[in-house]
Amino acid sequence: MSFDALPDVLQAAGVSLVAYVPDAGHAALIRAAHDRPAFTPVSLTTEEEGVALCAGAWAGGARSVLLMQSSGVGNCLNMLGLIRSGRYPFLTLVTMRGEWGEFNPWQVPMAEATAPAFELMGVGVRRVDRPEDLVPTVEAAARMAFDGGSAMAVLIGQRVIGAKSFFGEGR
Amino acid sequence: MSALDRREVVARLLRDRGEAVVVTGLGNPTWDVAAAGDHARNLYLWGAMGGAVAMALGLALARPETPVWCVTGDGEMMMGLGSLAVAAQSAPANLSILVLDNGEYGETGAQRAHTAAGADLAAIARGCGIAAAVRVEDAAGLEALAHALAAPGAGPRFAAIQVARGGGDKAAIRNALRDPAVNRARLREALGLSVE
Repeated sequence: MSFDALPDVLQAAGVSLVAYVPDAGHAALIRAAHDRPAFTPVSLTTEEEGVALCAGAWAGGARSVLLMQSSGVGNCLNMLGLIRSGRYPFLTLVTMRGEWGEFNPWQVPMAEATAPAFELMGVGVRRVDRPEDLVPTVEAAARMAFDGGSAMAVLIGQRVIGAKSFFGEGR
Repeated sequence: MSALDRREVVARLLRDRGEAVVVTGLGNPTWDVAAAGDHARNLYLWGAMGGAVAMALGLALARPETPVWCVTGDGEMMMGLGSLAVAAQSAPANLSILVLDNGEYGETGAQRAHTAAGADLAAIARGCGIAAAVRVEDAAGLEALAHALAAPGAGPRFAAIQVARGGGDKAAIRNALRDPAVNRARLREALGLSVE
């Protein structure tokens, strides 16, 4: 499973700080952030904290990644101004909700706005719609961020993660 | 009781900054820190409201051996209260959060702020899990805080410093770097890192 390779990919890219708002799609990476000594996990109360935290980490000499789901991207917009005006390298991995077999209509509006929102704020967007593209896309985005100084978001399609189903079981 | 003067408070604390990196929150705290003298280890925020503590936390986690101070105001702090819980959870010993609390939004016309209506920032910080959270109301309290800041590795620390209403002389704005990319590069250089 390609998700299981992400901790190695990020560690190889020199990431030491893993900031996150939990999402089921990121569960393996969050577990690794807590289990691996190479990573320092930071559990956030809202996504924009992660934007500022990642900028601070870079200012102090550490590479970081922000993990969130698509609904959190809207929370980040003003704080992304810090990344853009400070030309901070930035890497975020976003698990998409609201776009493929989604049962919760509340997830749909922000899903449709996720990529345009990043683009409005100057963050480069790369999408992953096939599991085999996950690792090379994260590797490429990490290189663009940390070697090239870009702000990069990798959107991981809901089709790759699998739609969550609360109905069917226990109902 | 005569209220503390924000510029005097900041100048007093920064006098003993040592190796500390200082992240300033929008808006008057940025001018207050700049008024005390520009410094290569200052990182001035002219925006990113609500993000000062989170940014300082990122720095503190990246450099556990360097003291990191966040100097911000009550309005900026109220916008990022959740970051106090994040700082408490990460518990970096080198992080100190210093809030200049004048109970008003000084940059936007001195509108009455939430701390003037009863919000108690030191109590909120303690409630978020920062045990070393104090309210500073007078010169003696300020000296005690200055001494506490000099003790290495005792954080995370929080102080809500009650200062007089109003802001300081705006001329100090000229001392604060306005280009955040230049500021970021200068700080990294001062820390012995590559500027990029």
